Amino acid sequence: MELEFAPQDEVFRAEVRDFVRARLPLGLRHKMLAGERLGKEDYLVWHRILHEQGWVAPNWPKAFGGCEWSAVRQHIFEEECALAGAPGILPFGIRMVAPVIMKFGSASQQQHFLPRILSGEDWWCQGYSEPGAGSDLASLKMRAERRGDHYLVNGQKTWTTLAQYADWIFCLVRTASAGKPQEGISFLLIDMKTRGVSVRPIIMLDGEHEINEVWFEDAMVPAENLVGEEGKGWTYAKFLLGHERTGNAGVGHCRRWLAELKALAQRQRGNDGRALADDTRFRDRIARLEIDLMTLEVMNVRVLALEEQRHAPGPEASMLKIMGSELQQALTETTMHALGHAAAPFPQAATGRYFNFRKASIYAGSNEIQRNIITRHLLGL
Amino acid sequence: MLALSDEQLQFRDSLQRLLRADYSFERRREIANSTLGWSRETWRQLAELGVLALALPEAHGGFGGGAMDTLVVMEECGRSLLLEPYLPTVVLGAGLIARVGSSTQCAAILPAVGAGERQLAFAHYEPAARYALDVVATDARRDGESWVVTGAKTYVLNGIAADQLIVSARTPKGLTLFMIDRTTPGVQLRDYPMYDSQRAADLRLDAVRVGAAAQLGEEGAAAAPIAATIDAAIAAVCAEAVGAMTVLLEATGAYLKTRKQFGVPIGSFQVLQHRMADMLLETEAARSMALLASSRLGTAGTAERRRIVSAAKVRVSEAARFVGQQAVQLHGGIGVTDELAVSHYFRRLTMIEMAFGDVDYHLEAVGRHLFE
Repeated sequence: MELEFAPQDEVFRAEVRDFVRARLPLGLRHKMLAGERLGKEDYLVWHRILHEQGWVAPNWPKAFGGCEWSAVRQHIFEEECALAGAPGILPFGIRMVAPVIMKFGSASQQQHFLPRILSGEDWWCQGYSEPGAGSDLASLKMRAERRGDHYLVNGQKTWTTLAQYADWIFCLVRTASAGKPQEGISFLLIDMKTRGVSVRPIIMLDGEHEINEVWFEDAMVPAENLVGEEGKGWTYAKFLLGHERTGNAGVGHCRRWLAELKALAQRQRGNDGRALADDTRFRDRIARLEIDLMTLEVMNVRVLALEEQRHAPGPEASMLKIMGSELQQALTETTMHALGHAAAPFPQAATGRYFNFRKASIYAGSNEIQRNIITRHLLGL
Repeated sequence: MLALSDEQLQFRDSLQRLLRADYSFERRREIANSTLGWSRETWRQLAELGVLALALPEAHGGFGGGAMDTLVVMEECGRSLLLEPYLPTVVLGAGLIARVGSSTQCAAILPAVGAGERQLAFAHYEPAARYALDVVATDARRDGESWVVTGAKTYVLNGIAADQLIVSARTPKGLTLFMIDRTTPGVQLRDYPMYDSQRAADLRLDAVRVGAAAQLGEEGAAAAPIAATIDAAIAAVCAEAVGAMTVLLEATGAYLKTRKQFGVPIGSFQVLQHRMADMLLETEAARSMALLASSRLGTAGTAERRRIVSAAKVRVSEAARFVGQQAVQLHGGIGVTDELAVSHYFRRLTMIEMAFGDVDYHLEAVGRHLFE
């Protein structure tokens, strides 16, 4: 670690570290460190442990049962969890839909959904992308037609992460087609058990089932599941994206992966029989990663400081998203290459991770979209 | 931790005001073409503002500032492409004397540096050494009460203007520093302008005889203070590079908004927008590492300091190359002219890339300690 935070924040770090060390189940930790795929119950076990401690919602206000931690403490918490090999808190409920419900949802939506998100009773997934609407999200076509006290929903969402486990999906749907595309979009909460909702797996390039298509055929969704006003969904989605971007730096994961790579390079034989760590060409590759990680850590601290000043994430978060995802990809790539021929046999955790993490520069606003944001909001072009 | 204090921000503002008023690019061009190559008038103004004394010890007329204060100064040097020898005189020369000089030596030199009345140069690198700090063939031997120094040095920044040259040489006990008046018999300087319009010199020492008082610091113990001083200089040029990159970013952004081709501002083309976004990313990455290097210069242990400074030099050099090259590229034809300030910023950034070790040298240094 290159930088220390304020003393009281470092005390907090020690508290988190002790807690994670004491409470993270060993089996789960080993699975994480070995790069194995986690199942639903793996995530939920850790979710419940955090819930019991009152730490499952770092970003929520205390009024809703959250921690209301500063941006710095949220970062420290995530970093310590990642370093220890704890699974991350899945963002879809806690970080994505919950802030939207808090800000724009009705009192009854808040009372119903928020405690269930907190306890882990409801697993959420995100219904944004469609086959024809990726980066150009506003061109989405999934329709929701108002029919008395419900919406009739038809269409398809895609790239839906872990939808196979989900109880609920929050969707951007089209409720009007006149005017600008952004104006006809609404934010709808849909029970995955609704008749007409089906999930089809998409197998990723690493051979794993992480993402899905979700189909809606004449699904009837109660009108009370509309969040806020009809036609305002785009505003809510932008609000949500602002919450999503920070935290994509993944400093904790990068630190753990770099440490693993160094250990691997010392164990692995290079071409001359000495350790790979003594091969100057390979060592240079690791040195670059080490420098990039130092840079990311300092960038992260600088952006967090801005965020705390403004009490809101800003467009600088786009820089973190790009740097963080590029470093994650470079780390997974170099780790795979460290294995040599041993990287080839399927399945191999490091190789799988390399393929899997091609997603990092695509999701949460592709890195090209992040550059558009930088262009517009930081460069004024 | 990485943020500048209110005092530092105020100081930066007054330095910016001074340079904006009296150091336009046209003025700089005149200065670069003058015989000296820098301006004694500007040097006097810097002394009056307290810039020269800022980082000198309080015991010797300074304000006792640290590396973060130097960072503030150097970033402004980069913004204005200052030609005045702040780096060789204050960071290198006075830095070495403050580290190892006797109280007599400090008292004789440092207050004069702070007042703008003394110029220094550090003559360390040798033609055969490339960037290595420990390859020194220059020889110093005792002859009665005197030292006799013989050897050749290169890349002596500010050599021709320096009142005193601080020379590294090998004695039977090891690496040792000597403070030698430029006018001492046997001292020969060949002065040249560099591509960034700054001046350096090659130095020949032909049996240069100096008194025992010329010895600076303990005999044979110069390696550590030399490394510390070069690290301070690296942190300083990292900050300077960030200042220069910031200007290139602003200039290129402004150009993209006004230059029209195909009937539209070229800044409306996404390929150029994304190039600019990458230039900003690189500049902010460089700023992060420059801040890290300066903030840890005084507090980290030696090995840790070396690791961080080398990492910063790698990252800043790569950013400087990218931002400099792309600023020229995005300006098109006018970018490769001497007329435009952009090419001068690019030249300075290119010289910084090679100053005190290039990317390969410092990458090796980071790699060497990776598994400790």
